[in-house]
Amino acid sequence: MIRHDPLMLRVSRIESLSPTLRRIILKSADNEPLPVAGPGAHLSLTLASPKKVYRNSYSVVSFSGDHYELIVRRVEDSRGGSAFVHENLKEGDLLPSTVPLNLFPIQVGSRKRLLIGGGIGVTPLLSFAKVLQENGDRFEMHQFVREDEKAVFENLVQGVGSKNIHIHTRRPKEGEIQALLEEQPLGTSIYMCGPDGLMAAVDEAAETLGWPENHVHREVFGAAGGKPFKAKLAKSGCELEVGENQSLLEAIEEAGVPINSLCRGGACGACMTSLLEGDPEHRDHFLNNEEKDSGKLIMPCVSRAKSAQLVLDI
Amino acid sequence: MSIAYKPDETFRDDFVYSNSDTAILRFPFPFIEDEYMYSVNIEPHVRGGETGAFEAVFDVDEHYIAECRERAMVLEQDPNRCMVLPHMMTAQWDTLELIMESLAEDYPEDFTLEKDGDAWTWTNRPLGIKDSFVFGDVDSLPLEPFEYITRQAQGDFTLQDQRENNLFMDGGMVTTQADWSLEFDLGMSFHEWHGPVPVAHEINVFDRALQYLLRLQYGNPVRRLNWTMTVNPRLDTSPENYPIWGPDRTTLTPENIGGKLHLRVELQTLFRLPRSNAILFGIRCYLASLDELTRVPKWGRRLHRVLRDLHPEIAEYKGTTRYREMAVDYLSQFDDGEPTSPGIGPDVESL
Ligand code: HEM
Ligand code: FES
Repeated sequence: MIRHDPLMLRVSRIESLSPTLRRIILKSADNEPLPVAGPGAHLSLTLASPKKVYRNSYSVVSFSGDHYELIVRRVEDSRGGSAFVHENLKEGDLLPSTVPLNLFPIQVGSRKRLLIGGGIGVTPLLSFAKVLQENGDRFEMHQFVREDEKAVFENLVQGVGSKNIHIHTRRPKEGEIQALLEEQPLGTSIYMCGPDGLMAAVDEAAETLGWPENHVHREVFGAAGGKPFKAKLAKSGCELEVGENQSLLEAIEEAGVPINSLCRGGACGACMTSLLEGDPEHRDHFLNNEEKDSGKLIMPCVSRAKSAQLVLDI
Repeated sequence: MSIAYKPDETFRDDFVYSNSDTAILRFPFPFIEDEYMYSVNIEPHVRGGETGAFEAVFDVDEHYIAECRERAMVLEQDPNRCMVLPHMMTAQWDTLELIMESLAEDYPEDFTLEKDGDAWTWTNRPLGIKDSFVFGDVDSLPLEPFEYITRQAQGDFTLQDQRENNLFMDGGMVTTQADWSLEFDLGMSFHEWHGPVPVAHEINVFDRALQYLLRLQYGNPVRRLNWTMTVNPRLDTSPENYPIWGPDRTTLTPENIGGKLHLRVELQTLFRLPRSNAILFGIRCYLASLDELTRVPKWGRRLHRVLRDLHPEIAEYKGTTRYREMAVDYLSQFDDGEPTSPGIGPDVESL
């Protein structure tokens, strides 16, 4: 069954795990079966607070046919989507979501997986640990958490191969990550998710030890959108606002200005458009570097703007 | 609307095969304009469009029963036409789920899938199959899940694992192929298995297509049309069987070419699979003779022009060298020089 965005979900249960962590169980709101969320997949939820609409991505901790499990941390001082989840979201609420997207899948062919997480970065790793445990694959997980959250995290990893999971109630010590990598057998891959500092430390250790780049994986969320910007269409005389979660192509189509498209993913060339002014952020695979540097062409299905405005020759 | 199956058709020996008017009108004619060049011709696989073949996730037509029988015959002679590497077991289940759910949704009269948790019952009425099994338990099915379900689908399928920023052909069911071999390509990467294709590498078609596919998303499948030509309505034109079908090309004459030479179109679909993150590639093959296609005036004109002006290296790669001139001569009678409309649609509602 092929389902398209948005998926209508209903909050079926909210559980407080700690003052800053909430578990959210989401079910289908329209009785249609839910699309599968594989290990590493995330949902982008549309969170409509009275003031602003947020689009936040959360890893799916587990999927069981009729529901998705998420864990959401309240970021200190945040007024964003996560604060909304903690303060306003209620059981029974409707939440539009994307179909699960996976940019952090478990790849085959590793002798062993080393999972390294910090804080709420545990969420995708929990989905990994569960599957690796079930399949009898070799793994080792290191999770760095705050002292006061030890019990919560120990609870979370219960039942997902806890003998391979180590919870540390501190930040990694100088040289600790490198030592951890050094003791891994050849053919190990790393999967990490956590604060930037932790991930940078892992990257650095892997580089120092000469690990192949494609053995080091980190969580990524879909980068379909980006900063909003303005687009002026010179020939048709339109001025458009391109929203955060919308492509330039979609904005042009919405304005009713004719434009070609085919792949809608920056590969076929159909939507190529002349650029008259502005600094483009090229995200396509169609233009060569010279064409990209010239700043005279853009592929509106994927590319956006670095400047506040682009002027297109259509 | 129920499909009028033609269970007695054959794709070898006596070649009992033809397309009904309905089948001709819904034929996925592959040329959007009067000339052809390789390009990254990929678009979202959404329902609808210029051909009826785009109406379903996996298109089933009047040839379904006969094609499944042909597949079974090929597999009996050569079991290696279906091979899946051991690490693709999750992708096998993903495939079974996708095909069963799609067929059941698109053709409720013919296929039914009942689920009670992991206990599933699959009913395939055209082939007279009813099996109950446990999703995820290989021993509960008579065959491995990928072979089980692709024996019940038209067209070939391959499974690509994604790793190291590349795709690897780590499995497939390939019995209706245009002269390539799964046994040879198994385990190869995207550029390796595309090695023999001329021209396209130089114009970066494969670099772009790979980058696009690496980002393919679950729930957003894509499709493209590819084509070649085959003498006689033969599905299995494999390199392994070249001695059987290669000589067919010498049997063409100006008198029989209209009925004997077939345009072979592949409706290729690509799906990201959710549990394995693999890509399922479907290669659904459609065959129609020149005489069937030229009943649509636009297609007669266009096919003549495309074949006449085809890039020589592409013409050779597609194996048309021996008979192209004869085909172009034959088709010229259907080309009055009138302009053709853009797009692949037939522009007529009946024949
Ligand atoms: C993962 C998916 C794909 C698989 C498994 C696949 C497989 C193949 C194979 C086995 C061949 C025959 C090569 C030979 O002669 O041995 C082929 C040909 C070709 N492929 Fe792909 N392919 C895939 C995706 C694509 C895509 C996305 C494009 C987009 C442009 C593409 C373009 C072509 C072209 C232009 C040819 C030459 C066809 C002809 O002229 O008949 N392929 N492919
Ligand atoms: S639509 Fe294909 S490159 Fe934009």
